[in-house]
Amino acid sequence: MDFRFSESEEEFRQELLDFLDRELPDGWGEGPVPSPDEEWAETLRMRRKLAERGWLTMHWPLEYGGQGASTILSLIFNEEMSYRGAPGRDAFGARMLGPTLMIYGTEEQKRRFLPSVARGEVQWCQGYSEPQSGSDLASLSTRADDDGDFFRVNGSKVWTSLAHRADWMMVLVRTDPDAPKHRGISFLLVDMKSPGVEVRPIMNMAGTHEFNEVFFDDVQVPKTNLVGEQDRGWYVAVTLLDFERSGIEYAATSRRLLDDLAAFVRESRGGIDGWVADALAERYVETEVARLMAYRVAWMQSEGMVPNREASMSKVFGSETFQRVADTGMKVLGLHGQLTEEDRWAPLAGRIQDAWRHSFSNTIAAGTSEIQRNIIASRGLGLPR
Amino acid sequence: MLKTSAREVLAREFPFEAVRSMEEDARGYTPELWRSMSELGWLGLVVPEEYGGAEGSFLDLGMLLEEMGRALTPGPFFSTVALGALTVMDAGDEAMQSKLLSGIANGETIMTMAVTEGSGGFGPEEVRLRAERQGRGFALSGRKLFVPDAHVADYVIVAARTSEGADATEGITLFVVPMKEKGITVTPHRTMALEKQSRLKFNEVRLPANSALGTVDEGWPALQRALQRAATAKGLEMVGGAEAVLDMTLEYLKDRVQFGRPVGTFQALQHHCANMAIDVEGSRYAVYQAAYRISEGLPASREVSVAKAWVSDAYMRVCATAVQCHGAVGFTAEHNLQLFTRRARVQEQLYGDSGFHRRRLAAGLRG
Repeated sequence: MDFRFSESEEEFRQELLDFLDRELPDGWGEGPVPSPDEEWAETLRMRRKLAERGWLTMHWPLEYGGQGASTILSLIFNEEMSYRGAPGRDAFGARMLGPTLMIYGTEEQKRRFLPSVARGEVQWCQGYSEPQSGSDLASLSTRADDDGDFFRVNGSKVWTSLAHRADWMMVLVRTDPDAPKHRGISFLLVDMKSPGVEVRPIMNMAGTHEFNEVFFDDVQVPKTNLVGEQDRGWYVAVTLLDFERSGIEYAATSRRLLDDLAAFVRESRGGIDGWVADALAERYVETEVARLMAYRVAWMQSEGMVPNREASMSKVFGSETFQRVADTGMKVLGLHGQLTEEDRWAPLAGRIQDAWRHSFSNTIAAGTSEIQRNIIASRGLGLPR
Repeated sequence: MLKTSAREVLAREFPFEAVRSMEEDARGYTPELWRSMSELGWLGLVVPEEYGGAEGSFLDLGMLLEEMGRALTPGPFFSTVALGALTVMDAGDEAMQSKLLSGIANGETIMTMAVTEGSGGFGPEEVRLRAERQGRGFALSGRKLFVPDAHVADYVIVAARTSEGADATEGITLFVVPMKEKGITVTPHRTMALEKQSRLKFNEVRLPANSALGTVDEGWPALQRALQRAATAKGLEMVGGAEAVLDMTLEYLKDRVQFGRPVGTFQALQHHCANMAIDVEGSRYAVYQAAYRISEGLPASREVSVAKAWVSDAYMRVCATAVQCHGAVGFTAEHNLQLFTRRARVQEQLYGDSGFHRRRLAAGLRG
């Protein structure tokens, strides 16, 4: 594993940092956490800026309008964007759907869907989890019945991030209820404006609307929106999951939270001492190890290796590190930690309590820590099933 | 390449039965082992070519240390090479290098380093042993604890105080002291891991002026670098040990049958193993990063502290979890796991435990 970035990689990092200094609103990330509406407005604005530079899809091959950027450049991009809390990236369209269509999509699908993602004009969401299918995703029961040139979709999805903002959804549906559970699933692209699609908000304990329930009532989906072969969608979905797991976001956001916390303690208490110093240093060591684990995954990909247990380890450790940092933050701030951004005495404008309230989802979304540990043990360490 | 061949050689020439028998041996290793290490070129691996070495890098040495950590290889290799040779190469003048390095490479010279005293710490304030000027030379008086392999060493690098400065980093001098010098008393410690460490008492030990390694009163930077190398080198041994412990646990869980199935099929144990793997891999990246920085001559104090803080705790967690996974057999004397577990507890402390290194990192966080 290479522990040094090349000159061109360092140049890119600097170019990105200069760009963020210029383009992010003044004081971004230093005040209260923006409301979802503010965040969304900034997301759209920054996404266009990123698209103009080709950075939104920098990891795509040249033939699809990308820059063919290495996974290392992609990692640097995600690391700095995450550290700055910069809005604009596109986890669903650019990082999941795009690469999936490049492998499984028809020429027509690629022509139709990829350019709008690259231009940052369309929001995708991911319809995977269902009320009765969480970690056991392959047990999903949303049905797509054959109806001539169409599928007719009935059922519901849940925990769908950004469904209320999305134009399109990539959705897993059951097309053969009689086949073994992994073999009767198909991967469809659904226009969220289709009649019969209904989105209902789920409020989380951070007081924000990020997740949704999505209901399908006899929704007609053209068969040209089937990605890959019918009944083989599980394998499309599994490929797609591999694009979202380098884990650098966890390390970078953890480090940012920790740096903010250390700066606050330093300035407000005149020093970092005693158990606080030990706790912050322990979290610091963990964020460094999390960063190295994510680098390792990206480095393996850049060398043409397929990270397997490494990606799961990075996800588990990074997400749990973020939780520990947020938890330490709450302990360090004591009673003041509870104060929200509306309170004028809130330390760090309430960002620590906001992070803590959000931190619970980290070890649940994108594969729970328990599922990840199963993967590490069975696929990674070869323990028997 | 070196790593693979080292693993084979160590498994063949120095199996765990030999490790066990050496625990009770007064010397702690066999002259045959030392001779074969010299013949394999291991003792001269990092020594410059002009002194008969292979001029390898710190990373090359690291691969070897990792394998020795995996095999629990006894003997004064770490002391002689990681503490002795590298410090002489770093801080010694040409005369000192030519006096010591050829002997190290050809297996004639055994070295070690003595830093810690009463508190068992590794900071500059720990260095209190006095070296008074006497004529053109010095006289050393005081004591050093936990000195590895001092019972067999020909030379010991001693961190001594030659003057009192404004802060503890000033007034430290490193000396190369022949162990046969009059006035040195060696008392072996009785240790839990049965590794050979001794208490050294220096009673007016007279040294000529040219015994100083580097500049008089300005030894701290060299000592600090030596301690960074030592912590990282120890970390590399620990990475090898931690991986061996994980491997033996996985083997056991695949074989051991309860309730009619291998216990490795149970999620409770699988999750223990996943946690061990995270600790092992995290240790590897953190320690390799520090080793890389040292090998390239880059500033490494932050990376070394991250590495040693992490691996000290991680290796202990790995051992404790491994014992739990093994059930009762894991804490029997008969099982090799206990050989690792006892050593891990000692390695945790050497060259700074997690608390020591976290305090250093916290100093950085203070800005």
